[in-house]
Amino acid sequence: METTINVNLKIWRQRGPKEPGKFVKYRVENVSTGSSFLEMLDMLNQQLVDKGEEPVVFDSDCREGICGMCSLYINGHPHGPVQGITTCQLHMRKFHNEEEITIEPWRSAAFPVVRDLMVNRNAFDQIQQAGGYVSFNCGGAPDANNLPISKEVADEAMDSATCIGCGACVAACKNGSAMLFVSAKVSQFALLPQGQVERARRARAMVSKMDELGFGNCTNTGACAAECPKNISLSNIARLNREFIKAKLAD
Amino acid sequence: MADNKKLEGMIDSTPIMKDYADIESSKLPEYQIDSKIPEGPVAEKWTNYKAHQKLVNPANKRHLDIIVVGTGLAGASAASTLGELGFNVMNFCIQDSPRRAHSIAAQGGINAAKDYQNDGDSVYRLFYDTVKGGDFRSREANVYRLAEVSSNIIDQCVAQGVPFAREYGGLLANRSFGGAQVSRTFYAKGQTGQQLLLGAYSSLNRQIKKGTVKSYNRREMLDIVLIDGRARGVIMRNLITGEIERYAAHAVVLATGGYGRAFFLSTNAMGCNGSAAVQAFKKGAYLANLAFTQIHPTCIPVHGEDQSKLTLMSESLRNDGRIWVPKKKEDAEAIRAGRKRPTDIPDEDRDFYLERRYPAFGNLCPRDIASRAAKERCDAGFGVGTGNAVYLDFKYAIERLGADVVRDRYGNLFDMYQMISDDNPYETPMMIFPASHYTMGGIWVDYELMTSIKGLFAIGECNFSDHGANRLGASALMQGLADGYFVLPYTMQNYLSDQIKVPRFSTDAPEFDAAEKGVRDRIAKLMAIKGTKSPDQLHKKLGHVMWNLVGMGRTLQSLVKAVDEIEKVRKEFYSDLRIVGEANDLNTELEKALRLEDFLVISRMMAIDALHRNESCGAHFREEYQTADGEAARNDQDYMYVGCWKYTGDTEKPILLKEPLKYEAIQVQTRNYKS
Repeated sequence: METTINVNLKIWRQRGPKEPGKFVKYRVENVSTGSSFLEMLDMLNQQLVDKGEEPVVFDSDCREGICGMCSLYINGHPHGPVQGITTCQLHMRKFHNEEEITIEPWRSAAFPVVRDLMVNRNAFDQIQQAGGYVSFNCGGAPDANNLPISKEVADEAMDSATCIGCGACVAACKNGSAMLFVSAKVSQFALLPQGQVERARRARAMVSKMDELGFGNCTNTGACAAECPKNISLSNIARLNREFIKAKLAD
Repeated sequence: MADNKKLEGMIDSTPIMKDYADIESSKLPEYQIDSKIPEGPVAEKWTNYKAHQKLVNPANKRHLDIIVVGTGLAGASAASTLGELGFNVMNFCIQDSPRRAHSIAAQGGINAAKDYQNDGDSVYRLFYDTVKGGDFRSREANVYRLAEVSSNIIDQCVAQGVPFAREYGGLLANRSFGGAQVSRTFYAKGQTGQQLLLGAYSSLNRQIKKGTVKSYNRREMLDIVLIDGRARGVIMRNLITGEIERYAAHAVVLATGGYGRAFFLSTNAMGCNGSAAVQAFKKGAYLANLAFTQIHPTCIPVHGEDQSKLTLMSESLRNDGRIWVPKKKEDAEAIRAGRKRPTDIPDEDRDFYLERRYPAFGNLCPRDIASRAAKERCDAGFGVGTGNAVYLDFKYAIERLGADVVRDRYGNLFDMYQMISDDNPYETPMMIFPASHYTMGGIWVDYELMTSIKGLFAIGECNFSDHGANRLGASALMQGLADGYFVLPYTMQNYLSDQIKVPRFSTDAPEFDAAEKGVRDRIAKLMAIKGTKSPDQLHKKLGHVMWNLVGMGRTLQSLVKAVDEIEKVRKEFYSDLRIVGEANDLNTELEKALRLEDFLVISRMMAIDALHRNESCGAHFREEYQTADGEAARNDQDYMYVGCWKYTGDTEKPILLKEPLKYEAIQVQTRNYKS
């Protein structure tokens, strides 16, 4: 049954990318366990606003786990202690009364803090712009059923394509590597017949952009996949490595 | 059921309400509506249009600038396609990346008249279902074009690498959605919107790399700039720095989504807003059919006052789930009191009310009908949970198909449900209740998707044209992509063809000065109120008014009251709003306040539109106008038109213009999902 709890929060507050930040303690009382984590933060912000203080800035939009906007590091885990969900899908019933909860932004050199818990993830867009597409102009596509694709391949491509671009993989990685993110897109297109023509070029371009933007190297710790809210599999990284080596060998 | 004398008294005592239905301004020459529907039979109109429209040659395209506001399915597909054609495009979004627009949350699927299932589908049938589903309040020519290009959308998306669900033979799989008797819905798990949006985003990225599209994130439009009566630019607020920025172009496209968060609680994302529509409205564009707002039948019920949004459970669940409430009131009471569980109720004591009332479509009847039927049962005392919920039960599907098949089809939705509700839908039925989901009404556009302001276009959910009084499931994605990939790129050229000699505009023009000053004054005014209520607190108040009085069932009394109540919230907003922080800085409270100010305008227009439309049609259910068995009673004689509203002031009486609706290819009839 739903009940209410009190929580003690330790939240990272930082005015801007170049300014020093610090943890600030807050207390929120009478939080319904049926509330989502972000609704609890909404309550905190209402308290702050009532006192004339500036609210804690954090990103959120769809609040149903698909837009990839929310990005909190909660008690040492990206998107909190529950596996396979985003922060907005985390509910207060997963916390106990009087628990201390530490909330930090994504920490990565490639994701500078904008304010408080909000970070800049433009680097992800830049990697996608480097090659995360099939070069195909609108109009003139052949009939969609001209090219049968086996259910297994389509399902596997779909699993890779499920990545929401939230950046939890980078935040979880001690090296700040974006390999899981990049490999998910490279895999989707490497699996599908539509992606074949540009397969090698895509792998090269996306990996080189990733390196250029200051993401770390992959040392196969697997933290990214363990913390991924969409359960993107490590096998994508293995595939990216193969794709990249094949592309390089072909050079 | 109404005491007419008393009602007339109420109307008279509310001065702004007087005479609404009698405004005949559309007879004045300056308010003639030209929807620019091409000549010829409906099936040939789009072909004829394309054959005779004016084009812009490639060398000229790169000298023409286009602003696209929004990066959802409509915005991203339009921006990328216009970029592919060679135009110089500026594309804006309020999120940190174009990939996060709310189209991403669409779950169930996208319709297309492919007839891959050989079950009798055709362009005509999709057109027919859509017009009928919209209760004969959409523009016939637009809907036919939508059905016509639907097939191309699937081809386009597959070519982009969108991983649609497939059969073992390798061909595309389909499922059924409400309001159709064929299987024409293409899907990618319960994440179809995500996959289609990421497809459009990938095309957009390709153009960004090529330099034809420039992408501006975390920017919110605060005004549209007109020069000599044409849309020539926008004023943006940089959400990170708080700076006010100017952008000029030859044409402006709004792809900014719907205004469903007027209800505060909705399935829309936190940032969804109706502000672009209000800015266009204030600049002279018409808002049309605002009363047509879709309340989706299958959402997870509200849990409490601190709730920030509602979560949709995809309509696709109605393919295999059966909706019911207890047949006996005492069972419903026992369940609400926690003395009985739903699994304790034997089949013979369950009322599968949709199957009972609508045997031909059963659980797959259209959304407006399913929502009202749920409300009817709950109002009659048969609701479960808090009393405002009904069951969506998969017991029968699991018995018929096995849990694995059900998991394969709906697994991620079941997981989502369990996460939110803490109940396991494999073991106990889901609880669902209707919630605000989509807005059929919006900015009026002609056949070319241009608003009544020259050079200002509106595409996707933010325009009004294709869904009439009710949208069918899996048709929003279809419309967004049809507009962006296959319609606007043509019609835009027809507009720009005589603009090739017009040089690039300078943002130093006095029109930009004036617009920027207007925006700065507006922000300063709000910052100066220094009251005690946060934007969210006031927005919740507005939401309660809208849900209770302009929600699923509306009456003359409730709507008259709504206009008064909205006015009260408006007064409170301007006297007691508090925005902490600074204007020229990142300020989420200011963002919310600006959006709320616009929701107040659009909410009032929703109530007025609902008030003037003395009939029930589609999602607009006026309780005074219903048949003996509780169905919507349409009044084609008096209301078969698009109600277009022209702005005259925030609290002034708006001007009503009417675009008559003519149906030539389809016989107008009473909507029937019973037989």
